[in-house]
Amino acid sequence: MTTRREFLVLAGAASFAAATEARAQLDPNLAAKRKAAFEEALRRIVGDAQVRRGRVKLQLPPLIDNGNSVPLSVSVESPMTGADHVKAIHVLTEKNPLPDVVSVALGPRAGRASLATRVRLADTQTVTAIAQMSDGSLWSDSAEVVVTLSACLEEGLI
Amino acid sequence: MARAVVTMPAQAKRGEVLEIKTLAQHAMETGFRRTQTGELIPRDIIRRFICTYNGVEVYRADLHPAIAANPLIAFTTVATESGTLSFQWVGDNGYAVNEIAPIRVE
Amino acid sequence: MSPRSWLPAAAACLLFVKVLAAAEIPLGERRSGYEFMSRETRAIQDDDATHPGMLWVLDGEGLWKRKAGTADRACADCHGDARASMKGVAARYPAFDTARGRPVSLEQRINGCRVERQKAAPFAYESKDLLALTAYVARQSRGLPIKVTIDERTRPFLEAGREAFHRRQGQLNLSCAQCHDDNWGKHLAGSVIPQAHPTGYPLYRLEWQGLGSLERRLRNCLTGMRAQAPDFGSAEFVDLEFFLMWRARDMKIETPGVRP
Repeated sequence: MTTRREFLVLAGAASFAAATEARAQLDPNLAAKRKAAFEEALRRIVGDAQVRRGRVKLQLPPLIDNGNSVPLSVSVESPMTGADHVKAIHVLTEKNPLPDVVSVALGPRAGRASLATRVRLADTQTVTAIAQMSDGSLWSDSAEVVVTLSACLEEGLI
Repeated sequence: MARAVVTMPAQAKRGEVLEIKTLAQHAMETGFRRTQTGELIPRDIIRRFICTYNGVEVYRADLHPAIAANPLIAFTTVATESGTLSFQWVGDNGYAVNEIAPIRVE
Repeated sequence: MSPRSWLPAAAACLLFVKVLAAAEIPLGERRSGYEFMSRETRAIQDDDATHPGMLWVLDGEGLWKRKAGTADRACADCHGDARASMKGVAARYPAFDTARGRPVSLEQRINGCRVERQKAAPFAYESKDLLALTAYVARQSRGLPIKVTIDERTRPFLEAGREAFHRRQGQLNLSCAQCHDDNWGKHLAGSVIPQAHPTGYPLYRLEWQGLGSLERRLRNCLTGMRAQAPDFGSAEFVDLEFFLMWRARDMKIETPGVRP
């Protein structure tokens, strides 16, 4: 049975830890830093090549139930033949602590260029999916998601 | 213990596109969370998922901390011949899980 | 007496009566938390192949068949195929336990068997094994209507649970009823307030990123209200669970559920 003192200590520690993260979140440069990390990740994948909008369909719920687990699906229009197929699919975010979400390597054996998974989103933001084709061309799609905090959280952060 | 689960058809016609859904039981600890006293909990995630079809790699995913806990990876592969599909999850701290599923192709 | 003199008194009475009657959700208006979720989250619950809770259910199936304790007995040795023997069980828990003279939760019943029949140590509350086994057993009642037994023996515990549900508590001085009877469907900090029916427990909560029990969820609520949460397995908790299951009578079991 947690005593009142223990409860207050736990609550205090939890709010300290939350405050540490909150302080990090309050960093006036945080948004800019994360956007820069996103841009760098993008450059790492595409280099100087041009990325065109289209052929890729990125689907995310517009308003999510919980940012811990957001269903995401990507599909790319492609005949998936030896001569013309999707080689890789990358998913990136601009506001998560890290920009990379997942990278898929595939080929004609896949039959369809697709991925369905569940992702963590730290904040309301834009998610981007990029497809690398066998002919070297790059295509992308993006989706905006609204993320809100849960009302009833647990006492600790573990 | 059910460390991973694969759902896919047991048989298909040659050339048919098989839908495969996989689930792995893993906390996917991001490395950004802190304990109640403020210490950082180290990253511990599944790093890579590989599907091979009679030994040939047909799909590979590199996962990052942004992938949710107990990851779902759903994808497709063409039913080319009868045999075995092998699924491998590899991650931090020596995490390695394998599952296999037979496929009969007519 | 002229109408004008008794009208205010009558109006006051009507208001008083209306406030009392507004409490319970009419049976036909009850909706599972499932209906308050997005289409995408519902899809996770509907498909076993993508449902992370199924990982625990499969673990539970393994535990069901595993011999344990000094009696070296598996659940299966007495109960056979759970799909047959456990069908309908979770739908009528909490149920009266004669030895203990009070209703017990499904988790407590499982632990009772473990101690008395398998002669093994009980599982800790909220342990992976207890969650897995409870989820596996409750899964066998999926789709069946909730039907806990109310009789002279169990009625006092129902009333104790009802009282707890309506009692204001915590620093926020809120009762369960104020949110879940009177304000369901409205928003609280970006989330929709559900009606709080325990139709899917143990369930996979996205917030936990894992499977958890009803009692864990109740503790979350109580902490949110800045109230002292009772211990796992306490009489207070089981009474409340008993009331909640009666309140959800005839609603379908969804275990394992998925919730935000």
